[in-house]
Amino acid sequence: MIEFNIEIHDELGLHARPAGQIVKIASKYKSAISIKKGAQTADAKKLFSVMALGARQGEKITFTFEGDDAAEAAAEIEQFVSANL
Amino acid sequence: MFKLTGVGAARGVAAGRVYIYEDSLLAFNNAPVGDANAELERFQAAQKKALAMLSRLYEKAVEDVGLENAEIIEIQRMMIEEPDYNGFIQNEIINNRRSAEYAVQLASDKFANTFAAMDNDYMKARAADIVDISNRLIRILQGVSLPDLSNLEEPAVIVARDLLPSQTLQMDKSKILAFVTAEGSTVSHASILARSLNIPAVTGLGDQISELKPGRIVLVDGHAGTVIVDPEPRLITEAANAFEQAQTELRGLKAFRDQPTVTRDGCKVTLAANIARPSDVSMVLENGGEGIGLFRSEFLFMESAVPPDEETQYQAYHSVLKRMGTRPVIVRTLDIGADKTVPYLNLPREENPALGYRAIRLCLDRPEFFKVQLRALLRASVHGNLHIMFPMIVSVRELRAAKQLLAECKQELREKGIPVAGTIPVGIMIETPAAALLSDELAPECDFFSVGTNDLLQYTLAADRMNSKVAQTFADGQKAVLRLIHLAAMSAAKHGIWCGVCGEAAADPELIPALLALGVRELSVSPSSILQVRRQVCSLDLSSIRDEYVKDLAYKW
Repeated sequence: MIEFNIEIHDELGLHARPAGQIVKIASKYKSAISIKKGAQTADAKKLFSVMALGARQGEKITFTFEGDDAAEAAAEIEQFVSANL
Repeated sequence: MFKLTGVGAARGVAAGRVYIYEDSLLAFNNAPVGDANAELERFQAAQKKALAMLSRLYEKAVEDVGLENAEIIEIQRMMIEEPDYNGFIQNEIINNRRSAEYAVQLASDKFANTFAAMDNDYMKARAADIVDISNRLIRILQGVSLPDLSNLEEPAVIVARDLLPSQTLQMDKSKILAFVTAEGSTVSHASILARSLNIPAVTGLGDQISELKPGRIVLVDGHAGTVIVDPEPRLITEAANAFEQAQTELRGLKAFRDQPTVTRDGCKVTLAANIARPSDVSMVLENGGEGIGLFRSEFLFMESAVPPDEETQYQAYHSVLKRMGTRPVIVRTLDIGADKTVPYLNLPREENPALGYRAIRLCLDRPEFFKVQLRALLRASVHGNLHIMFPMIVSVRELRAAKQLLAECKQELREKGIPVAGTIPVGIMIETPAAALLSDELAPECDFFSVGTNDLLQYTLAADRMNSKVAQTFADGQKAVLRLIHLAAMSAAKHGIWCGVCGEAAADPELIPALLALGVRELSVSPSSILQVRRQVCSLDLSSIRDEYVKDLAYKW
């Protein structure tokens, strides 16, 4: 299992656009990918699930990857979020 | 004449006739359907059609409001295919034998409510997107089309209960004088569209909206948030003039998008942009930026629990270089100190982080760490026009040490057979008094200077720009800093290299004439300032002002 945290810097938080892009990337991989914010967990392959987290600027979220292609999935998602969130 | 007050969502003043925009769906019944599978197929066909319509709308939206604002259509396309939304509809049709229209309506209510219940304005506004896509699907199922403004003979004030994102994007923008809605917020799409078109918008009128009858003349003030019904003719003329002026201003500014940046007396200036991350590139290209004068690399280091590896860095530099094509991209190497929290760097607590172990000092002290960034840059260099810039340089020794590490990395990559661009200009930030004062010795050893005026001001005036108690100091500081910039610009000219400015001063209309008169030939500004800076530079005649500026700065021995 691979995990990493990030703090959200974008003033709009984890809004529709990056959420959509995360879902697009996550959906390419077979691994189970989830995003946790405090007590809430979202399925990174489902747009409404990710958006429902309502993660804002300054909040920390944790990505978890489980599966054969977890490493590649984690690398691509980490690169995306560090450049865009 | 009377006035209604709501919330101002987009500045501007306009007057015209009311056009009521209504999106009416036919009533549908809730009787159970006979053939659920056929009904599901009906839904899936409508879904396909909706996706195709949105693709076309996306193209129009990009043209009307730019890439960034058109993104919402892409989001809506994803929503139409969203598994939970679709799963719910499918279940309603197959298991509860609902008609496709009714199933979509139920899905719309359920999911829109989830978002509307969130305590985040942005997310609340997304409820509108769910209603929007659902209405679109129902309209397709019913064979009803969206009202558009094509039947309007002259532009009008568009009045509606609420305006959904795709409705506003679908409108013929030449027919819109202003938006007035009962619901909505400043982050709703009608407001965003209004702002990007420079037309007024007032939202939140609530039930007062019923006072606005079709054909009535109204005066909309998007800053005050008011709608005046049956205004005096005088007010209307004033509003019409103001509107014309605003539109002309906007058209005028947009006209500079693809123009070269040249003064009236023929001085070519490179007008570039400052960016903090790859996603900023869109704005640079939309506004006709000629390059990136400062690509701050800190985002890679700060938004990570571990140091960014070479591959991660390489991807980021690569993506920017590629998008900018042949336009120059100047990447500033890591410029961080103890004032920022970067746990993996283990920076010791410092009394004066601004004067401490930071930027190039940190990098030269940790060569293996620094080389990761340098190697990533060198590998990315083959994808575009890369320039590398070192921050906080105060001596020739530092510059030579940094260049030495760069040369070592080049050698290492060459030995591994990894391609590196043939020419990679290397420059330095002039952001300390030392760098300006030694600029004659630094110029022969680098390819360009970029003046970081924000830090140069601080270090020269010995005052913290974040400290309001010493704010007055900055008001007095201009001459001292201009003298240092002049020094740097002259040293640059004498050694055949260029000198640019990437701090806030580069976009300051009061300082631009001075900077250019003193020999600065590159201005790197925030993407949203590009057009007005270009307009100003194109209006200047340096030959007529140069002598005065130089005289003003001359030393009085």
